Amino acid sequence: MLLLLGILVVVAIGGLVEIAPLFVVAGTIEKVEGMRPYAPLELAGRDIYIREGCYGCHSQMIRAIRDEVERYGHYSLAAESMFDHPFQWGSKRTGPDLARVGGKFSDEWHVAHMTNPRSVVPESIMPGYPFLAQTAVDASGIADKMRALRMVGVPYTDDMIANAAADVSRQINPDAKGAAEFLKRYPKAQQRPFSGNTTDASELDAMIAYLQVLGTLVDFAKYDESGPNLR
Amino acid sequence: MVDAGTRDEIIAINDALAVLAGLAVVAVGAIAAANTRDGAFLMHALILTLAGAFAAGVVVHDAFVADPEGRARARSRANYNNAVVKAGVIATVFWGIAGFLIGDILAWQLAFPALNLDLPWTNFGRLRPVHTSAVIFAFGGNALIATSFYVVQRTCRARLAGHWSPWFVFWGYQLFIVLAATGYLLGVTQSKEYAEPEWYVDLWLTIVWVTYLLVFLGTIWKRTEPHIYVANWFYLAFIVTVAMLHIVNNLAVPVSWFGSKSYGIYSGVQDAMTQWWYGHNAVGFFLTAGFLAMMYYFIPKRVERPIYSYRLSIVHFWSLIFLYIWAGPHHLHYTALPDWAQTLGMTFSIMLWMPSWGGMINGLMTLSGAWDKLRTDPVVRLLVVSVGFYGMSTFEGPVMSIKAVNSLSHYTDWTIGHVHSGALGWVGMVSFGAIYCMTPWLWGRRGLYSMRLVEWHFWLSTIGILLYITSMWVAGLMQGLMWRAYNDLGFLQYSFVETVVAMHWPYVIRATGGSLYLLGGVLMAYNVWRTARGDLTADIALQPRVAAAPELRGGVYQPGLAAAE
Repeated sequence: MLLLLGILVVVAIGGLVEIAPLFVVAGTIEKVEGMRPYAPLELAGRDIYIREGCYGCHSQMIRAIRDEVERYGHYSLAAESMFDHPFQWGSKRTGPDLARVGGKFSDEWHVAHMTNPRSVVPESIMPGYPFLAQTAVDASGIADKMRALRMVGVPYTDDMIANAAADVSRQINPDAKGAAEFLKRYPKAQQRPFSGNTTDASELDAMIAYLQVLGTLVDFAKYDESGPNLR
Repeated sequence: MVDAGTRDEIIAINDALAVLAGLAVVAVGAIAAANTRDGAFLMHALILTLAGAFAAGVVVHDAFVADPEGRARARSRANYNNAVVKAGVIATVFWGIAGFLIGDILAWQLAFPALNLDLPWTNFGRLRPVHTSAVIFAFGGNALIATSFYVVQRTCRARLAGHWSPWFVFWGYQLFIVLAATGYLLGVTQSKEYAEPEWYVDLWLTIVWVTYLLVFLGTIWKRTEPHIYVANWFYLAFIVTVAMLHIVNNLAVPVSWFGSKSYGIYSGVQDAMTQWWYGHNAVGFFLTAGFLAMMYYFIPKRVERPIYSYRLSIVHFWSLIFLYIWAGPHHLHYTALPDWAQTLGMTFSIMLWMPSWGGMINGLMTLSGAWDKLRTDPVVRLLVVSVGFYGMSTFEGPVMSIKAVNSLSHYTDWTIGHVHSGALGWVGMVSFGAIYCMTPWLWGRRGLYSMRLVEWHFWLSTIGILLYITSMWVAGLMQGLMWRAYNDLGFLQYSFVETVVAMHWPYVIRATGGSLYLLGGVLMAYNVWRTARGDLTADIALQPRVAAAPELRGGVYQPGLAAAE
């Protein structure tokens, strides 16, 4: 029994020292402007990204190293993943980093690339995802997901949750009723038919909406690098 | 001591409780199945219901129908529980081949992307966690459960605690594997590497794991040896720490009690730190401490020499488990994790080199005076080469944890090569050695069916590993250097996809190495099957007369023979 207790005490120390301060020390997460929770369609896209295991080959964490910043853009901030449950930093780059892929390619490119990657990048070894375009997003289930996320700390408002299903259609149809209110709820959200259709969002729409928002929210013109931060 | 009548009553109560537990599982599964609208969750609820019903049926059959003599023998305290260990050996071999096969398919997919077939359940992204979980948790986990149940009984001279509990641990764990793997194929995943199963599968594993801890502790509790052998410290540290890591890392809020999806309670940087605290110690405690326990039992037994240094085993045990826990942040160098945590992680990772090599030295030096067995016994060779790979990857690991090195190696295939020199070389080969030791001992055979097949297995896996790790070194260094290469004008020299093209031949070589390793596993399965069946050993004269198998040695404590017939 003493052996059991001894082991428990000895293995608990390292984790306590390294994890606990991250929740309390100021500057662990930088002060930035522009971060907001994912819009419903983006959230659905993120869940598909997780479901398909994209994190196995794509990182979402640009390290503070010269060549990475030149290749992918400003190094990633802790604030940029503060609403990510769980984080998608990844550990392997069989494909390129995606932390700032938003806005780098057109929607048409993404549609072609997700359906058959080698149609736009002949040397690519990525699998094709033709089935995403054929599957509808489950819009009715998103409100429950947002409620669960609110329980773990993501600041979704009652208004956001009540409009979850309708906001899915509003994001792919700028002419829809209430489209302007949608933009107020999710500033900087990109509002257009991602794969061509303006009704019945497909999983492909969700995936592209997610990819196109990655890395675009923080306003780096207003970001003060000198801190406080612990980098 | 209790008299026979009281003992019968205790057994009856035990059986009744086991049936009730089975029925409770049926109830939970049926309620879940009736209320869900989620296809994968429904399938898992039905599997759970069937498993509970089957378990209750087995207990009832045993109580009322089964032959009373066999029942009495199985419950006798005078012998060891070998049946559950045998089941563990078979499961280890089975899952090993499944895991190697899926890994090799993935390797070929990276070389030839058409093999993905572009179907949801055959794409790389969904298959990858099936591979990692199959080798780590199914193959490695079954090897750990089987050997720990074997070793703790013999080193404590006590029968495994509980009658149904060890079986619950074994079958409950297989159910966990099936739920996890089928879930991944259907896209049910938390996306935390090596902790992908969703909340309800995590809960099930927690129940199984706590039972495992209780069975292990209970056996130590009733030991008739005064001392707790060092292998058992390592097993205990592995079981306890994995429980802690599993629970803390997997805390999550389900979207619905009748659906598979959940969201973890941590986010961003805190989640990253918690995940790699878990992830690195899945390596440290699942794949290191547990397998060191295996080394500490099977190497001395097989070469018939005492452990080199008892003092070294104490020093390196406590320092290993203390230092390992701190090493997680080396997975997050130059990321948004605060600098102080990165530096702490690097420092402890480098210090970790020493206790790791403490274990390696203790394992290797146990061969003092028996080095000739390397030549004559391929099973010893498997065990010793595995310790060699352990030493190599625990040197490579600290090197890669240095920030400057990590800036090059991180995100590349060098990491994949490093992991596989540990997984194929250390974890795989020490398990193969243990299986080759245990199979004839458990089934009461004079030797293995074929030593020549073991010899083949040894060379196929060694060459396979070498192809694997050398191609991944080349691939990783090349990737890292190409990503950071600048041309004369100060621009990045290569586009990303040019680095993908450069990986093609290393990927082909890696997949070839994996095929060899898989072939070795198939030979092992054949050899174990023929040995268990009792086929006459073709080369018994060449086999070492390992007196280490207490069951096969006359004149000493040999309770296992009765159960092994």
